[in-house]
Amino acid sequence: MKQKAKGAMISYLANPQRFMRISELVLPFVAMIATLLLVIGLTWGFVFSPEDATQHQSVRIMYVHVPASMWSLSIYAFMAVASLISVVWRHALADVAARCAAQIGVAYAGLCLVTGSLWGAPTWGTWWAWDARLTSMLLLFITYVGYLALWSTIEDEVKAARLAAILCMAGAINLPIIHFSAEWWNTLHQPSSLRLSGSTVHPAMLRPLLMCITAYGFVFLALLLAAMRADIYRRRALAPSRSRA
Amino acid sequence: MKLPVAAVFKRDLDLAWLGGAGAAAPLGFFVGATVLVPLAIGADSKLLSSIGPPLLWVTAALAALMTLERVFQADLEDGALDQMLLARAPFEALVFAKGAAAWVAVGCAIALACAPLALTMQMSIQVVPIIVIDMAIGMIAFFFTGLLAAALAAGVRRAGVLIALLVLPFYAPPIIFGAAATAAAARGEGLFTAPFLMLCGCALGAVALGPIGAAAAARLQTE
Amino acid sequence: MLPSLRLSVEDLAIERGGRRILERVAFSAGPGDYVEITGANGIGKTSLLRVLAGFLKPAAGRVVMSSNFGPIHRDEQAASVHMLGHRDGVKGPLTVTDHIRFWRGLYEGADEEAVLDRVNLRHLADRQARTLSAGQARRLALSRLLIAPRPIWLLDEPAATLDMAGRAWLLGLVSDHLDSGGVVVAAVHDPIGAMPSHRVALGAAHEPLMAEAS
Repeated sequence: MKQKAKGAMISYLANPQRFMRISELVLPFVAMIATLLLVIGLTWGFVFSPEDATQHQSVRIMYVHVPASMWSLSIYAFMAVASLISVVWRHALADVAARCAAQIGVAYAGLCLVTGSLWGAPTWGTWWAWDARLTSMLLLFITYVGYLALWSTIEDEVKAARLAAILCMAGAINLPIIHFSAEWWNTLHQPSSLRLSGSTVHPAMLRPLLMCITAYGFVFLALLLAAMRADIYRRRALAPSRSRA
Repeated sequence: MKLPVAAVFKRDLDLAWLGGAGAAAPLGFFVGATVLVPLAIGADSKLLSSIGPPLLWVTAALAALMTLERVFQADLEDGALDQMLLARAPFEALVFAKGAAAWVAVGCAIALACAPLALTMQMSIQVVPIIVIDMAIGMIAFFFTGLLAAALAAGVRRAGVLIALLVLPFYAPPIIFGAAATAAAARGEGLFTAPFLMLCGCALGAVALGPIGAAAAARLQTE
Repeated sequence: MLPSLRLSVEDLAIERGGRRILERVAFSAGPGDYVEITGANGIGKTSLLRVLAGFLKPAAGRVVMSSNFGPIHRDEQAASVHMLGHRDGVKGPLTVTDHIRFWRGLYEGADEEAVLDRVNLRHLADRQARTLSAGQARRLALSRLLIAPRPIWLLDEPAATLDMAGRAWLLGLVSDHLDSGGVVVAAVHDPIGAMPSHRVALGAAHEPLMAEAS
């Protein structure tokens, strides 16, 4: 027992340190790749890819919108895994990862909502339609906001981390149900002709799109590493007694 | 193990109906909010019968929401949660008892209050029992997912807004299926429609998982 | 007679909000032992009791309860303890009898009538708790300890709101419990009058030296 507690203490101190060492080396490369891919992908999508037969230029919003939508869901899945690790193994780094990922995820989800709305205006003739995907995304956005709100309202960070982990896992169970119910509800209330995507994408558009999706992944990774490093610095600054113990 | 669960259930039930601020306030809110809407939109009976089901579900969900803040907060503040942790029963079972008591005291009261309100919304008398059942089951989903949000926010002062934010994504599926089930019933499709069964699924999931998550969170709050 | 249990605390350390507040706390108390915890406000007396009750996990060290057959399981530990915090856990709208019934159910105790007499609240049995004085509410809270016999009592400032007569009564309660083979651990400012078999004086974490048997 004593040994175990000591081990936990060591892993608490050592693992973030190892993370700091490795991330310091990796971060510049990831950031460079992210910038490069993003510039290439967006230029390709905005300038060099063909315009759509029916949607004309507005189809180009897809290159911003679709990756944000895909990654905002994947980021939540990442957070759910991190939360599980945090609950099972009490790993402080997992808490930091989940919280920092949420800050990026909420931005992606917000970007997805805004671009979806911008796309809807010329295409559907309305700024907001209660489309199943947009509705799911709105609820995902609210889930993110709730998660971050819980973090920021509870002062004791150790407690906040563990409570947020519980919320995150409950949300991970809820999101597929939301997705299913929104799909079902949409067929009930809306003609199915209004679809943001789902039709097959032409290869000339698919390639820049895949490029953008990859770029968003690297952007997430770079921001995550940077945010985690900042959070660990902040925690160190706030907990001087740790160094003594 | 049975006895502690029954004791918590009975105490929460007593507390809900004693001391004014318990079950009466959400019930009053539910009736008041629902009655105000026809006053605002006019007495067009066709319009009322079409917005009736969704309106009942929205106001019922809000009424359930407003009771959540005190579910754990009061017990946390006065030390009653500590007492429960020392009972010879799984804490999850005691949390379940709290949820069940809230459902019986507030949820069932709201479901019953749906009966006269549905009539004022121009629904036929044959449909009323179905609406009451729909709502009673929807309330299970609202209260048992609400338990989790209530436990997560128990340590926060004026947690009302936070709870509303946390609970909203969890209320979306039951409100979609519940309102659809009630609308289907109003069209004369009976009780066992597809959305009704999906509503039951939501309620079952909430009962199975809500107390586990809420107990974990409430245990953390006592630390 | 109570099941005889020994409460041992080994090299305990407690952290609150990432700060280590107590270190190297150790004592061992068997049937009939009264452990008195003293120390300045905010030093961690309440946290220590909450660790003993199992509400808080220690940062290091452990709390062991053992019967004659060896250490008992964690779940069994919770069911061997009564904890009286400074919050009474008393609900304003419920009557005295309601509370006693609730605790009887919660702790699977018996004989609520006798308890009412032992805490001297029979004449107030039907009063709502909100109308009780602080001292009366404390007596009501203390009735929890009598409803279901459990060997280990953890008391946090048990005499805080009691008058002279109340304190004498509390001393009687504690003495009876010790005589029947129980263990009492109390965090106190003013000694409650019982003769401690151990004193645990808590100091700041950097000057540890905790228990001395007397």
